[in-house]
Amino acid sequence: MALSTYNNDVPEIQYTHRTAEAIAIGCSAGGLDALCVVLQALPPECASAVIIVAHTAPDGNHLLPALLARRCRFPVSVAYEREPVLSGHVYVAPPNYHLLIEADRSFALSVDERVCFVRPSIDVLFYSAADAYREKLAGIVLTGANSDGALGLEAVKKAGGYTLVQDPRGAYADTMPKAAIATGAADKVLPLDALATELGLLCSVPPKTR
Amino acid sequence: MMEESRIQDIEIHLFLDALFRRYGYDFRHYAKASLKRRVLATLAATPYSTLAELIPRLLRDEDYLAEVIAQLSVPVTEMFRDPHVFKALRENVLPVLKTHPRFNVWQAGCATGEEVYSLAIMLDEEGLLERAQIYATDINEKALHNAEDGIFSMQSLPEYQRNYQHAGGRARFSDYYVANAGFFRIHERLRSRIVFAHHNLVSDGVFCEVQLILCRNVLIYFDNELQKHVLGLFHESLARSGFLCLGTRESLRTVEAQSLFAPVDRVAMIYRKNGIHA
Repeated sequence: MALSTYNNDVPEIQYTHRTAEAIAIGCSAGGLDALCVVLQALPPECASAVIIVAHTAPDGNHLLPALLARRCRFPVSVAYEREPVLSGHVYVAPPNYHLLIEADRSFALSVDERVCFVRPSIDVLFYSAADAYREKLAGIVLTGANSDGALGLEAVKKAGGYTLVQDPRGAYADTMPKAAIATGAADKVLPLDALATELGLLCSVPPKTR
Repeated sequence: MMEESRIQDIEIHLFLDALFRRYGYDFRHYAKASLKRRVLATLAATPYSTLAELIPRLLRDEDYLAEVIAQLSVPVTEMFRDPHVFKALRENVLPVLKTHPRFNVWQAGCATGEEVYSLAIMLDEEGLLERAQIYATDINEKALHNAEDGIFSMQSLPEYQRNYQHAGGRARFSDYYVANAGFFRIHERLRSRIVFAHHNLVSDGVFCEVQLILCRNVLIYFDNELQKHVLGLFHESLARSGFLCLGTRESLRTVEAQSLFAPVDRVAMIYRKNGIHA
Protein backbone atom coordinates (compact mmCIF):
# COMPACT_ATOMS: atom_id res chain seq x y z
CA MET A 1 0.00 0.00 0.00
CA ALA A 2 2.69 2.40 1.08
CA LEU A 3 4.63 1.75 -2.10
CA SER A 4 1.90 2.95 -4.41
CA THR A 5 1.77 6.27 -2.63
CA TYR A 6 5.46 6.78 -3.30
CA ASN A 7 5.17 6.12 -6.98
CA ASN A 8 1.74 6.48 -8.43
CA ASP A 9 2.60 5.72 -12.02
CA VAL A 10 3.61 2.13 -11.17
CA PRO A 11 0.44 0.07 -10.93
CA GLU A 12 0.22 -1.84 -7.71
CA ILE A 13 0.78 -5.55 -8.28
CA GLN A 14 -2.05 -7.64 -6.98
CA TYR A 15 -0.65 -10.88 -5.69
CA THR A 16 -3.14 -13.63 -6.19
CA HIS A 17 -0.92 -16.02 -4.37
CA ARG A 18 1.25 -16.38 -1.33
CA THR A 19 4.82 -17.54 -1.32
CA ALA A 20 5.47 -20.58 0.83
CA GLU A 21 8.81 -21.02 2.57
CA ALA A 22 8.38 -24.77 2.39
CA ILE A 23 6.09 -27.07 0.47
CA ALA A 24 5.45 -30.50 1.93
CA ILE A 25 4.09 -33.09 -0.48
CA GLY A 26 2.71 -36.51 0.39
CA CYS A 27 1.83 -39.31 -1.98
CA SER A 28 1.61 -43.07 -2.26
CA ALA A 29 0.30 -45.33 -5.02
CA GLY A 30 0.74 -43.61 -8.40
CA GLY A 31 2.81 -40.92 -6.74
CA LEU A 32 5.82 -40.94 -9.04
CA ASP A 33 3.86 -39.81 -12.11
CA ALA A 34 1.98 -37.19 -10.12
CA LEU A 35 5.21 -35.86 -8.62
CA CYS A 36 6.79 -35.58 -12.05
CA VAL A 37 3.88 -33.44 -13.23
CA VAL A 38 3.94 -31.06 -10.27
CA LEU A 39 7.73 -30.75 -10.03
CA GLN A 40 7.97 -29.77 -13.69
CA ALA A 41 6.01 -26.68 -12.76
CA LEU A 42 8.66 -25.34 -10.40
CA PRO A 43 9.70 -21.88 -11.60
CA PRO A 44 13.30 -21.11 -12.59
CA GLU A 45 13.76 -19.10 -9.43
CA CYS A 46 12.30 -21.16 -6.65
CA ALA A 47 11.79 -19.47 -3.28
CA SER A 48 10.67 -22.59 -1.46
CA ALA A 49 12.06 -25.86 -0.22
CA VAL A 50 10.09 -28.85 -1.48
CA ILE A 51 9.92 -31.79 0.90
CA ILE A 52 8.42 -35.08 -0.25
CA VAL A 53 7.22 -38.16 1.57
CA ALA A 54 6.39 -40.93 -0.87
CA HIS A 55 5.53 -44.34 0.49
CA THR A 56 8.18 -46.75 -0.76
CA ALA A 57 9.25 -50.27 0.11
CA PRO A 58 11.51 -50.19 3.19
CA ASP A 59 14.26 -52.24 1.58
CA GLY A 60 13.62 -51.38 -2.05
CA ASN A 61 16.18 -49.61 -4.17
CA HIS A 62 15.56 -45.98 -3.55
CA LEU A 63 15.35 -44.70 -7.12
CA LEU A 64 12.93 -41.88 -6.43
CA PRO A 65 15.47 -39.02 -6.12
CA ALA A 66 17.15 -40.00 -9.41
CA LEU A 67 13.83 -40.35 -11.21
CA LEU A 68 12.60 -37.00 -9.95
CA ALA A 69 15.89 -35.26 -10.70
CA ARG A 70 15.32 -35.93 -14.40
CA ARG A 71 12.05 -34.05 -14.34
CA CYS A 72 13.04 -31.07 -12.34
CA ARG A 73 15.63 -28.34 -12.68
CA PHE A 74 16.54 -28.29 -9.02
CA PRO A 75 18.77 -30.57 -7.01
CA VAL A 76 16.85 -33.56 -5.66
CA SER A 77 18.32 -35.46 -2.74
CA VAL A 78 17.46 -37.72 0.15
CA ALA A 79 17.05 -35.64 3.30
CA TYR A 80 19.96 -36.05 5.68
CA GLU A 81 19.65 -35.94 9.40
CA ARG A 82 20.30 -32.42 10.75
CA GLU A 83 20.86 -31.00 7.26
CA PRO A 84 19.47 -27.45 6.90
CA VAL A 85 16.39 -27.20 4.70
CA LEU A 86 17.30 -25.02 1.71
CA SER A 87 15.05 -23.23 -0.75
CA GLY A 88 15.34 -24.21 -4.39
CA HIS A 89 15.99 -27.75 -3.32
CA VAL A 90 13.81 -30.87 -3.49
CA TYR A 91 14.14 -33.37 -0.64
CA VAL A 92 12.83 -36.90 -0.39
CA ALA A 93 12.36 -38.85 2.86
CA PRO A 94 14.70 -41.87 3.15
CA PRO A 95 13.01 -45.29 3.07
CA ASN A 96 12.08 -46.79 6.44
CA TYR A 97 12.53 -43.54 8.43
CA HIS A 98 10.05 -40.88 9.39
CA LEU A 99 11.18 -37.45 8.25
CA LEU A 100 10.60 -34.48 10.55
CA ILE A 101 11.48 -30.79 10.54
CA GLU A 102 12.96 -29.14 13.62
CA ALA A 103 12.11 -25.59 14.65
CA ASP A 104 15.49 -24.39 13.35
CA ARG A 105 14.49 -25.69 9.89
CA SER A 106 16.73 -28.70 9.79
CA PHE A 107 15.82 -32.30 9.06
CA ALA A 108 15.39 -34.97 11.71
CA LEU A 109 14.77 -38.69 11.33
CA SER A 110 13.05 -41.24 13.51
CA VAL A 111 12.35 -44.96 13.44
CA ASP A 112 9.28 -44.64 15.64
CA GLU A 113 6.45 -47.01 14.93
CA ARG A 114 4.67 -46.85 11.62
CA VAL A 115 1.80 -44.39 11.28
CA CYS A 116 -1.11 -45.57 9.10
CA PHE A 117 1.02 -48.72 8.54
CA VAL A 118 3.77 -46.72 6.85
CA ARG A 119 7.19 -45.26 7.53
CA PRO A 120 7.94 -42.61 6.35
CA SER A 121 4.53 -41.20 7.16
CA ILE A 122 3.11 -38.05 5.59
CA ASP A 123 1.33 -37.17 8.84
CA VAL A 124 4.62 -37.17 10.75
CA LEU A 125 6.25 -34.82 8.23
CA PHE A 126 3.20 -32.53 8.05
CA TYR A 127 2.79 -32.22 11.84
CA SER A 128 6.40 -31.27 12.42
CA ALA A 129 6.63 -29.02 9.34
CA ALA A 130 3.44 -27.23 10.43
CA ASP A 131 5.07 -26.65 13.81
CA ALA A 132 8.26 -25.32 12.28
CA TYR A 133 6.88 -23.19 9.42
CA ARG A 134 3.38 -22.28 10.64
CA GLU A 135 1.66 -20.10 8.01
CA LYS A 136 4.70 -20.25 5.74
CA LEU A 137 4.02 -23.87 4.88
CA ALA A 138 1.97 -25.34 2.06
CA GLY A 139 0.88 -28.96 2.38
CA ILE A 140 -0.13 -30.99 -0.65
CA VAL A 141 -1.75 -34.44 -0.67
CA LEU A 142 -1.59 -36.35 -3.94
CA THR A 143 -2.72 -39.78 -5.11
CA GLY A 144 -2.56 -42.74 -2.71
CA ALA A 145 -4.38 -45.81 -1.46
CA ASN A 146 -4.08 -45.04 2.25
CA SER A 147 -5.41 -42.38 4.61
CA ASP A 148 -1.97 -41.11 5.69
CA GLY A 149 -1.68 -37.35 5.28
CA ALA A 150 -5.25 -36.48 6.24
CA LEU A 151 -4.54 -35.64 9.89
CA GLY A 152 -1.31 -33.99 8.86
CA LEU A 153 -3.09 -31.74 6.41
CA GLU A 154 -5.47 -30.73 9.19
CA ALA A 155 -2.44 -29.78 11.31
CA VAL A 156 -1.01 -27.68 8.46
CA LYS A 157 -4.32 -25.84 8.14
CA LYS A 158 -4.60 -25.35 11.89
CA ALA A 159 -1.15 -23.77 12.00
CA GLY A 160 -2.24 -21.26 9.36
CA GLY A 161 -0.63 -23.02 6.38
CA TYR A 162 -2.04 -23.43 2.91
CA THR A 163 -3.50 -26.79 1.95
CA LEU A 164 -3.99 -28.38 -1.45
CA VAL A 165 -5.34 -31.77 -2.47
CA GLN A 166 -5.32 -33.51 -5.81
CA ASP A 167 -8.82 -33.99 -7.20
CA PRO A 168 -9.60 -37.62 -6.36
CA ARG A 169 -11.54 -38.05 -9.62
CA GLY A 170 -8.35 -37.83 -11.65
CA ALA A 171 -6.05 -39.49 -9.13
CA TYR A 172 -4.50 -42.91 -9.74
CA ALA A 173 -5.70 -43.93 -6.27
CA ASP A 174 -8.38 -41.81 -4.64
CA THR A 175 -8.32 -42.99 -1.00
CA MET A 176 -5.65 -40.57 0.14
CA PRO A 177 -7.03 -37.40 -1.45
CA LYS A 178 -10.55 -38.36 -0.36
CA ALA A 179 -9.44 -38.85 3.25
CA ALA A 180 -7.65 -35.50 3.18
CA ILE A 181 -10.71 -33.74 1.79
CA ALA A 182 -12.95 -35.40 4.37
CA THR A 183 -11.13 -33.55 7.16
CA GLY A 184 -12.48 -30.30 5.73
CA ALA A 185 -8.97 -28.85 5.88
CA ALA A 186 -8.32 -28.49 2.15
CA ASP A 187 -8.10 -24.92 0.86
CA LYS A 188 -8.30 -26.11 -2.73
CA VAL A 189 -9.00 -29.39 -4.48
CA LEU A 190 -7.50 -29.31 -7.96
CA PRO A 191 -6.76 -31.57 -10.89
CA LEU A 192 -3.06 -32.29 -11.27
CA ASP A 193 -2.36 -29.66 -13.95
CA ALA A 194 -4.02 -26.86 -12.00
CA LEU A 195 -2.30 -28.07 -8.86
CA ALA A 196 1.05 -27.86 -10.62
CA THR A 197 0.31 -24.26 -11.67
CA GLU A 198 -0.63 -23.40 -8.10
CA LEU A 199 2.59 -24.97 -6.84
CA GLY A 200 4.54 -22.89 -9.36
CA LEU A 201 2.97 -19.74 -7.92
CA LEU A 202 3.65 -20.78 -4.34
CA CYS A 203 7.36 -21.14 -5.10
CA SER A 204 7.69 -18.00 -7.19
CA VAL A 205 9.94 -15.30 -5.89
CA PRO A 206 7.69 -12.23 -5.60
CA PRO A 207 8.69 -9.55 -8.13
CA LYS A 208 11.04 -7.00 -6.59
CA THR A 209 9.23 -3.95 -5.34
CA ARG A 210 10.24 -0.90 -7.29
CA MET B 1 -4.07 -14.51 22.76
CA MET B 2 -1.27 -17.02 22.76
CA GLU B 3 -1.63 -19.80 20.24
CA GLU B 4 -2.53 -23.20 21.63
CA SER B 5 0.56 -24.78 20.08
CA ARG B 6 2.84 -22.29 21.87
CA ILE B 7 1.17 -23.07 25.19
CA GLN B 8 1.69 -26.74 24.43
CA ASP B 9 5.40 -26.12 23.84
CA ILE B 10 5.63 -24.55 27.30
CA GLU B 11 3.82 -27.52 28.79
CA ILE B 12 6.23 -29.96 27.13
CA HIS B 13 9.09 -28.03 28.65
CA LEU B 14 7.48 -28.18 32.10
CA PHE B 15 6.70 -31.88 31.75
CA LEU B 16 10.29 -32.75 30.84
CA ASP B 17 11.58 -30.54 33.64
CA ALA B 18 9.30 -32.31 36.12
CA LEU B 19 10.50 -35.70 34.87
CA PHE B 20 14.10 -34.64 35.33
CA ARG B 21 13.75 -32.96 38.73
CA ARG B 22 11.60 -35.69 40.19
CA TYR B 23 13.26 -38.83 38.78
CA GLY B 24 16.54 -37.73 37.17
CA TYR B 25 15.56 -38.83 33.66
CA ASP B 26 16.83 -36.09 31.39
CA PHE B 27 15.05 -35.87 28.04
CA ARG B 28 15.82 -32.19 27.67
CA HIS B 29 18.51 -32.87 25.07
CA TYR B 30 16.45 -35.14 22.90
CA ALA B 31 15.71 -33.95 19.36
CA LYS B 32 12.59 -31.83 19.76
CA ALA B 33 10.36 -32.77 16.84
CA SER B 34 10.16 -36.51 17.47
CA LEU B 35 10.17 -36.05 21.26
CA LYS B 36 7.12 -33.82 20.93
CA ARG B 37 5.27 -36.59 19.11
CA ARG B 38 6.13 -39.01 21.87
CA VAL B 39 5.16 -36.67 24.68
CA LEU B 40 1.83 -36.00 23.00
CA ALA B 41 1.31 -39.75 22.51
CA THR B 42 1.97 -40.18 26.25
CA LEU B 43 -0.73 -37.61 26.94
CA ALA B 44 -3.12 -39.24 24.47
CA ALA B 45 -2.89 -42.50 26.45
CA THR B 46 -4.32 -40.72 29.53
CA PRO B 47 -7.75 -39.27 30.22
CA TYR B 48 -6.27 -35.76 30.44
CA SER B 49 -6.57 -33.21 27.69
CA THR B 50 -3.51 -31.11 28.55
CA LEU B 51 0.00 -31.97 29.69
CA ALA B 52 -0.36 -29.51 32.56
CA GLU B 53 -2.99 -31.80 34.05
CA LEU B 54 -0.69 -34.79 33.72
CA ILE B 55 2.23 -33.23 35.60
CA PRO B 56 0.76 -33.77 39.12
CA ARG B 57 0.37 -37.46 38.37
CA LEU B 58 3.92 -37.66 37.05
CA LEU B 59 5.20 -36.00 40.22
CA ARG B 60 3.26 -38.11 42.73
CA ASP B 61 2.57 -41.49 41.16
CA GLU B 62 5.89 -43.34 41.12
CA ASP B 63 4.36 -46.36 39.44
CA TYR B 64 3.50 -44.18 36.48
CA LEU B 65 7.17 -43.51 35.73
CA ALA B 66 7.83 -46.82 33.95
CA GLU B 67 4.86 -46.13 31.69
CA VAL B 68 6.14 -42.66 30.82
CA ILE B 69 9.65 -43.92 30.07
CA ALA B 70 8.20 -46.67 27.91
CA GLN B 71 6.15 -44.09 25.99
CA LEU B 72 9.03 -41.68 25.55
CA SER B 73 11.42 -44.33 24.29
CA VAL B 74 9.11 -46.15 21.91
CA PRO B 75 11.05 -49.29 21.13
CA VAL B 76 10.84 -50.15 17.48
CA THR B 77 13.29 -52.61 16.07
CA GLU B 78 13.41 -55.75 13.99
CA MET B 79 15.77 -58.69 13.59
CA PHE B 80 18.59 -58.15 11.09
CA ARG B 81 17.23 -54.71 10.18
CA ASP B 82 19.40 -53.50 7.25
CA PRO B 83 20.77 -56.98 6.45
CA HIS B 84 23.73 -55.48 4.59
CA VAL B 85 24.97 -54.00 7.87
CA PHE B 86 25.00 -57.41 9.55
CA LYS B 87 26.73 -58.84 6.53
CA ALA B 88 29.37 -56.12 6.80
CA LEU B 89 29.80 -56.81 10.53
CA ARG B 90 30.26 -60.48 9.73
CA GLU B 91 32.87 -59.76 7.08
CA ASN B 92 34.77 -56.84 8.57
CA VAL B 93 34.40 -56.97 12.33
CA LEU B 94 33.96 -60.58 13.40
CA PRO B 95 37.29 -61.73 11.88
CA VAL B 96 39.02 -59.17 14.11
CA LEU B 97 37.05 -60.23 17.19
CA LYS B 98 38.14 -63.78 16.38
CA THR B 99 41.72 -62.82 17.26
CA HIS B 100 40.66 -62.21 20.90
CA PRO B 101 40.37 -65.13 23.31
CA ARG B 102 37.52 -63.23 25.00
CA PHE B 103 35.72 -60.04 24.08
CA ASN B 104 32.88 -57.77 25.19
CA VAL B 105 30.09 -56.39 23.03
CA TRP B 106 27.73 -53.59 24.04
CA GLN B 107 24.48 -52.80 22.37
CA ALA B 108 23.36 -49.38 23.58
CA GLY B 109 19.62 -48.83 23.27
CA CYS B 110 18.62 -52.45 22.80
CA ALA B 111 14.86 -51.81 23.11
CA THR B 112 13.08 -55.18 22.92
CA GLY B 113 16.20 -57.09 21.92
CA GLU B 114 15.67 -58.00 18.26
CA GLU B 115 18.99 -56.59 17.19
CA VAL B 116 21.13 -58.02 19.96
CA TYR B 117 19.72 -61.50 19.30
CA SER B 118 20.54 -61.02 15.62
CA LEU B 119 24.10 -60.27 16.62
CA ALA B 120 24.21 -63.30 18.94
CA ILE B 121 23.02 -65.54 16.11
CA MET B 122 25.78 -64.22 13.89
CA LEU B 123 28.43 -64.69 16.58
CA ASP B 124 27.20 -68.24 17.06
CA GLU B 125 27.53 -69.00 13.36
CA GLU B 126 31.10 -67.72 13.40
CA GLY B 127 31.92 -69.87 16.43
CA LEU B 128 32.39 -66.81 18.63
CA LEU B 129 29.40 -66.89 20.93
CA GLU B 130 31.22 -68.76 23.71
CA ARG B 131 33.96 -66.15 23.79
CA ALA B 132 31.59 -63.20 23.86
CA GLN B 133 30.09 -61.37 26.77
CA ILE B 134 27.24 -59.30 25.40
CA TYR B 135 25.74 -56.36 27.27
CA ALA B 136 22.45 -54.96 26.02
CA THR B 137 21.27 -51.80 27.72
CA ASP B 138 18.30 -49.46 27.60
CA ILE B 139 16.45 -46.98 29.83
CA ASN B 140 13.11 -48.62 29.17
CA GLU B 141 12.49 -51.28 31.87
CA LYS B 142 9.43 -52.65 30.11
CA ALA B 143 11.38 -53.16 26.90
CA LEU B 144 14.28 -54.74 28.83
CA HIS B 145 11.91 -57.31 30.37
CA ASN B 146 10.58 -58.20 26.93
CA ALA B 147 14.10 -58.39 25.57
CA GLU B 148 15.15 -60.74 28.37
CA ASP B 149 12.18 -63.01 27.64
CA GLY B 150 13.21 -63.19 23.99
CA ILE B 151 9.66 -63.81 22.87
CA PHE B 152 8.52 -62.32 19.57
CA SER B 153 5.41 -62.40 17.44
CA MET B 154 5.19 -64.94 14.62
CA GLN B 155 3.81 -62.17 12.46
CA SER B 156 7.26 -60.72 11.95
CA LEU B 157 8.88 -64.09 11.29
CA PRO B 158 8.74 -64.12 7.47
CA GLU B 159 10.40 -60.70 7.36
CA TYR B 160 13.06 -61.77 9.86
CA GLN B 161 13.74 -64.94 7.90
CA ARG B 162 14.22 -62.92 4.74
CA ASN B 163 16.50 -60.46 6.53
CA TYR B 164 18.50 -63.31 8.03
CA GLN B 165 19.15 -64.80 4.59
CA HIS B 166 20.16 -61.42 3.16
CA ALA B 167 22.50 -60.90 6.11
CA GLY B 168 24.41 -64.00 5.01
CA GLY B 169 22.81 -66.45 7.45
CA ARG B 170 24.47 -69.84 7.20
CA ALA B 171 21.88 -72.09 8.78
CA ARG B 172 18.11 -72.08 8.95
CA PHE B 173 16.63 -69.28 10.98
CA SER B 174 14.37 -71.85 12.62
CA ASP B 175 17.45 -73.35 14.31
CA TYR B 176 17.45 -70.41 16.70
CA TYR B 177 13.99 -70.40 18.15
CA VAL B 178 11.09 -72.51 19.39
CA ALA B 179 7.68 -71.67 17.96
CA ASN B 180 4.58 -71.76 20.08
CA ALA B 181 1.04 -70.45 19.50
CA GLY B 182 1.65 -67.25 17.59
CA PHE B 183 4.99 -66.59 19.20
CA PHE B 184 8.55 -67.74 18.89
CA ARG B 185 11.18 -67.75 21.58
CA ILE B 186 14.91 -67.38 21.06
CA HIS B 187 16.87 -70.41 22.35
CA GLU B 188 18.16 -70.30 25.89
CA ARG B 189 21.65 -70.97 24.50
CA LEU B 190 21.62 -67.49 22.93
CA ARG B 191 19.67 -65.73 25.66
CA SER B 192 22.08 -66.86 28.36
CA ARG B 193 24.99 -65.09 26.65
CA ILE B 194 23.40 -61.66 26.96
CA VAL B 195 23.21 -59.50 30.07
CA PHE B 196 20.31 -57.06 29.83
CA ALA B 197 20.78 -54.04 32.04
CA HIS B 198 19.48 -50.57 32.71
CA HIS B 199 21.85 -47.89 31.46
CA ASN B 200 21.09 -44.28 30.61
CA LEU B 201 23.31 -42.82 27.89
CA VAL B 202 22.47 -39.34 29.13
CA SER B 203 23.62 -39.77 32.71
CA ASP B 204 25.49 -43.06 33.17
CA GLY B 205 29.15 -43.57 32.39
CA VAL B 206 31.50 -46.27 31.17
CA PHE B 207 30.77 -49.67 32.73
CA CYS B 208 33.35 -51.86 31.04
CA GLU B 209 35.82 -52.00 28.19
CA VAL B 210 34.26 -53.34 25.02
CA GLN B 211 35.53 -54.39 21.61
CA LEU B 212 32.31 -53.60 19.72
CA ILE B 213 29.51 -51.12 20.31
CA LEU B 214 26.30 -51.41 18.35
CA CYS B 215 24.15 -48.31 18.65
CA ARG B 216 21.89 -47.89 15.69
CA ASN B 217 19.17 -45.29 15.35
CA VAL B 218 19.58 -44.00 18.87
CA LEU B 219 21.65 -40.89 18.18
CA ILE B 220 18.99 -39.59 15.77
CA TYR B 221 16.85 -38.93 18.85
CA PHE B 222 19.47 -36.75 20.53
CA ASP B 223 20.36 -33.13 19.91
CA ASN B 224 23.90 -32.22 18.86
CA GLU B 225 25.14 -31.65 22.39
CA LEU B 226 23.92 -35.02 23.61
CA GLN B 227 25.18 -36.78 20.48
CA LYS B 228 28.60 -35.41 21.15
CA HIS B 229 28.47 -36.53 24.77
CA VAL B 230 27.40 -40.06 23.85
CA LEU B 231 30.03 -40.43 21.13
CA GLY B 232 32.60 -39.39 23.74
CA LEU B 233 31.25 -42.06 26.08
CA PHE B 234 31.55 -44.66 23.32
CA HIS B 235 35.11 -43.59 22.62
CA GLU B 236 35.97 -44.00 26.28
CA SER B 237 34.24 -47.39 26.50
CA LEU B 238 35.94 -48.90 23.48
CA ALA B 239 39.16 -50.85 23.72
CA ARG B 240 42.01 -49.80 21.47
CA SER B 241 40.85 -50.01 17.83
CA GLY B 242 37.43 -51.15 18.99
CA PHE B 243 34.48 -50.99 16.60
CA LEU B 244 31.44 -48.75 16.59
CA CYS B 245 28.41 -49.41 14.43
CA LEU B 246 25.85 -46.61 13.98
CA GLY B 247 22.55 -46.39 12.09
CA THR B 248 22.81 -46.11 8.32
CA ARG B 249 21.37 -42.59 8.29
CA GLU B 250 23.42 -41.31 11.20
CA SER B 251 26.56 -39.26 10.90
CA LEU B 252 29.62 -38.26 12.87
CA ARG B 253 29.94 -35.10 10.80
CA THR B 254 27.15 -33.14 12.42
CA VAL B 255 28.91 -33.03 15.77
CA GLU B 256 32.43 -33.03 14.35
CA ALA B 257 33.30 -36.34 15.96
CA GLN B 258 35.30 -37.60 12.97
CA SER B 259 38.53 -37.27 14.94
CA LEU B 260 37.31 -39.90 17.44
CA PHE B 261 36.59 -42.66 14.93
CA ALA B 262 37.91 -43.76 11.57
CA PRO B 263 35.54 -45.19 8.97
CA VAL B 264 35.75 -48.90 8.17
CA ASP B 265 32.59 -49.13 6.07
CA ARG B 266 30.78 -45.88 5.33
CA VAL B 267 27.68 -47.57 3.94
CA ALA B 268 27.20 -49.91 6.88
CA MET B 269 28.35 -47.09 9.21
CA ILE B 270 31.09 -49.12 10.88
CA TYR B 271 33.92 -47.17 12.51
CA ARG B 272 37.04 -47.93 14.53
CA LYS B 273 38.25 -46.03 17.52
CA ASN B 274 41.08 -43.63 16.79
CA GLY B 275 44.04 -43.70 19.12
CA ILE B 276 44.52 -39.98 19.19
CA HIS B 277 42.33 -38.31 21.76
CA ALA B 278 40.58 -35.26 20.38
